Amino acid sequence: MAAPIIRIDNIVKRYGPLTVLDGLSMEVLPGEKLALIGPSGSGKTTILRILMTLETISDGHIEVDGDQLYHMPKNGGLVPADDRHLHRMREKIGMVFQHFNLFPHKCVLDNVTLAPMLTKGVAKAAAEKRAMELLDMVGLADKAKNMPAQLSGGQKQRVAIARALALSPKIMLFDEVTSALDPELVEEVLNVMRKLASETDMTMLLVTHEMGFAHDFADRILFFDRGRIVEEGKPDEIFRNPRQERTQTFLRKIIAAGHRV
Amino acid sequence: MTDWSGYIGLILQGALVTLQLTVMGSALALVMAFVAGLGRVSRFIAVRALATTYIEFFRGTSIFVQLFWVYFVLPFAGVTLSPLQAGVLALGLNVGAYGAEVVRGAVKAIGREQREACIALNLTRGQAMRHVILPQALPLMLPTFCNNAIELLKGTAVVSLISLTDMTFQAQVVRAQTGNTLIPFATILVLYFLMALAISTAMRWLERRVTRGLDGVRT
Repeated sequence: MAAPIIRIDNIVKRYGPLTVLDGLSMEVLPGEKLALIGPSGSGKTTILRILMTLETISDGHIEVDGDQLYHMPKNGGLVPADDRHLHRMREKIGMVFQHFNLFPHKCVLDNVTLAPMLTKGVAKAAAEKRAMELLDMVGLADKAKNMPAQLSGGQKQRVAIARALALSPKIMLFDEVTSALDPELVEEVLNVMRKLASETDMTMLLVTHEMGFAHDFADRILFFDRGRIVEEGKPDEIFRNPRQERTQTFLRKIIAAGHRV
Repeated sequence: MTDWSGYIGLILQGALVTLQLTVMGSALALVMAFVAGLGRVSRFIAVRALATTYIEFFRGTSIFVQLFWVYFVLPFAGVTLSPLQAGVLALGLNVGAYGAEVVRGAVKAIGREQREACIALNLTRGQAMRHVILPQALPLMLPTFCNNAIELLKGTAVVSLISLTDMTFQAQVVRAQTGNTLIPFATILVLYFLMALAISTAMRWLERRVTRGLDGVRT
């Protein structure tokens, strides 16, 4: 079996007096598609944010692709990572946000080319060629010159996916990427993600309330509650035969709310 | 009967000085606004402290006093400036302090989501500021910058106190020589107004330019 690409070891995350993650450990294999589900406030989004270095951790260690994320080796020990180390680590990871976070002052094409040109020194022509391939992949090549404000939510999110892919990360994080969309626009974004999952061997971590999609998409489901992994397993195990009562209650509520499993 | 053409010419010469002061003062103010405004949001405490001190000092003391210091006190420290240089320096530093807070406010107004997108795309702080934050913050600054520039224009009149022959100074000369109060003062009233109008028109044009496309209307 391949070594894990992400190894989270006993991490603690506190916001003031509030402990969001309390000694959490988990591993993700290369190429694995992982869905994190659970009630809001259970810490699942926090994990993605920590992996993207948008948060700091209060304690513990995270290893990504063989290197420490928040620490770096120095004089035989580990010290907190400096900016350079963080930049090097972020190259491996991309993230798509619930609210797209496109750059409103740049056209679709420039949104996708900006980071490769700035962070990897890719020439404009090469960056644009690659961007057009990615926009074609998400079905938006004809919108390359549009401004984000001219796009629908689903289109914006697809651009955001292309933008993250432009840096060729090994790991992609999807944080409730369909939660801010009108129901009829959800499917076009999910389709892009299905395509991505089938055509690449990227490791993908997904926080979602789309249980049906999580079931079809993920190799493994993690059910979170109050900062802990209550239950994990293959989609069929979790959705058809949840062992923990907490999982059963959560799934019942979700189904009662009209979500398809 | 007074021959007014010569006197109006005198006032126009003064108008040129006022214009010079306004343009150069605004240029310096703009630079100071960005230097101190970005200094205020620096992650280095020493930079923040320096920027804050500058802003509080120049906002908290009178432009008259600042001008006198620049013109009359600096020579004791070995720095002698021409009246024009002193005027530009005092006006630029003074208005720049107000502008700095405008820059800081606008930069802060660009929200967490944009900053997080920059981190996720692995931009450095400088790249994020230059390519993402500032281009979006600029449209927010312009209306207040326009106010500041007009304030600076009107503030230029204080330089007559250090014997610089600006528009207001010349109007007083004309008044003293002709004994007529209405004409010189009416002339500079109109001239100040026209200059202010030119500033706000230019700023509106600039604002339209930098906000192009942000509202989703194709241009």
